[in-house]
Amino acid sequence: MCARLLQRINVMLLSVFVWLYACPGFAAEQVAETLPNPDKPWWFWPLVLLVFCFILGIIAVLAGVGGGVLYVPLVSGFFPFHLDFVRGTGLLVALAGALAAGPGLLRRNLADLRLALPVALIASACAILGAFLGLALPTNIVQICLGVTIILIALLLTFSKNVERPEVKKQDFIGKALGMSGFYFEESTGENVEWKTHRTLLGLFLFIIIGIMAGMFGLGAGWANVPVLNLLMGAPLKIAVGTSKFLLSITDTSAAWVYLNKGCVIPLMAIPSIVGLMLGSFVGVRILAVAKPKIIRYIVIGVLLFAGVKALLKGLGI
Amino acid sequence: MKSVSITKAKASPEQIRYANLLFWGAWLSILLMIVTYVIYLAGILDPYVPMDKVQTYWQLPVHEYVERANIPLGWGWVKFLNRGDFLNFLGLTLLGGMTIICFCTLIPAYLKKKDWPFLIISICEVLILALAASGILAVGH
Repeated sequence: MCARLLQRINVMLLSVFVWLYACPGFAAEQVAETLPNPDKPWWFWPLVLLVFCFILGIIAVLAGVGGGVLYVPLVSGFFPFHLDFVRGTGLLVALAGALAAGPGLLRRNLADLRLALPVALIASACAILGAFLGLALPTNIVQICLGVTIILIALLLTFSKNVERPEVKKQDFIGKALGMSGFYFEESTGENVEWKTHRTLLGLFLFIIIGIMAGMFGLGAGWANVPVLNLLMGAPLKIAVGTSKFLLSITDTSAAWVYLNKGCVIPLMAIPSIVGLMLGSFVGVRILAVAKPKIIRYIVIGVLLFAGVKALLKGLGI
Repeated sequence: MKSVSITKAKASPEQIRYANLLFWGAWLSILLMIVTYVIYLAGILDPYVPMDKVQTYWQLPVHEYVERANIPLGWGWVKFLNRGDFLNFLGLTLLGGMTIICFCTLIPAYLKKKDWPFLIISICEVLILALAASGILAVGH
């Protein structure tokens, strides 16, 4: 039954992409210099966006990626919205997902305030900078950078091998001073697992770059947070994933405010995106409980590569 | 990394308080978004930007959209809460404001614990988020 359900989801996803690509009104490059004349009723795009984001929400959960990282390249590539609005909405989409997941993760101690707060301070300050940078640069430059970033994310998802419990022999001075250590309860073995961080300074430095990229592209940053927290700083995978999701609620807040205050949020497209993705995530979590769909992850990587190349070509004017 | 079979590891009280506040705030903002969106789509309140024009504007760069549609920047939308589209900003603002509200609860907790590094971090975070939310940077840009 699960296999049939997943097969249907795959077919649905592929059908949506094929339809989107074939639909003449979709390509943003068709926007003329003068004000384009819309050929669809006002309710058409919000409705399509709601359905699209609902499916995206399911796929994102099954593939183990955040909503923002799929939303921005796909919606900017295949919908008629300008990149400025897609980035603003992308941040709100990622923020809503992070805020909804945050309480559960914090209560179960899978997101740790002592690990999150220092890196969040750096990332959120830099996300503001990134947001201004993204809005100041010409759209084609941002589009090229977005394309390259999406391709790199796809490669990262393909080759990155996270470690469930990295070995940290000795905690460094900064990690110790900030108290970046703790316990979490491992349900599968019924034991408390102790953890601590190392290479904290380098980790904090990388969050400067992560913050700037999150603000600049409106992608969310779970794809970067997890490898840095897990592979570099030595946090167990569960803590890294939980803290990363919670971290997004802080990083994306600062950048989202910049986009919101600059007029980059249009409610007619933003609300169906947020609600669609959240509803899809709930359904995705239920499907995830009964299936381990590795194939979906590979499809998502393929779609990201495709969307990344499309963004790159669009930025290059090809 | 050691595995210790003792009582189940629990989150700190300030972390639990943060989580509880975030839970109610996040869901309230999403509920608010849905209600205000229905009001907007049902046409109960007239929109600031006419529906048929929105799909033209969202294809333009933001600076052109702001100029052509005369969109207020920063918190200027508050004056137009009687308009269906700007009413939606209530939920969006609460969504963006929840992290700031939750961080404010950490300050007294860390002060009480005399946890100076985290007290400073929490204060700095509130200031940074408040600066971003204030619109001073965006409007003055």
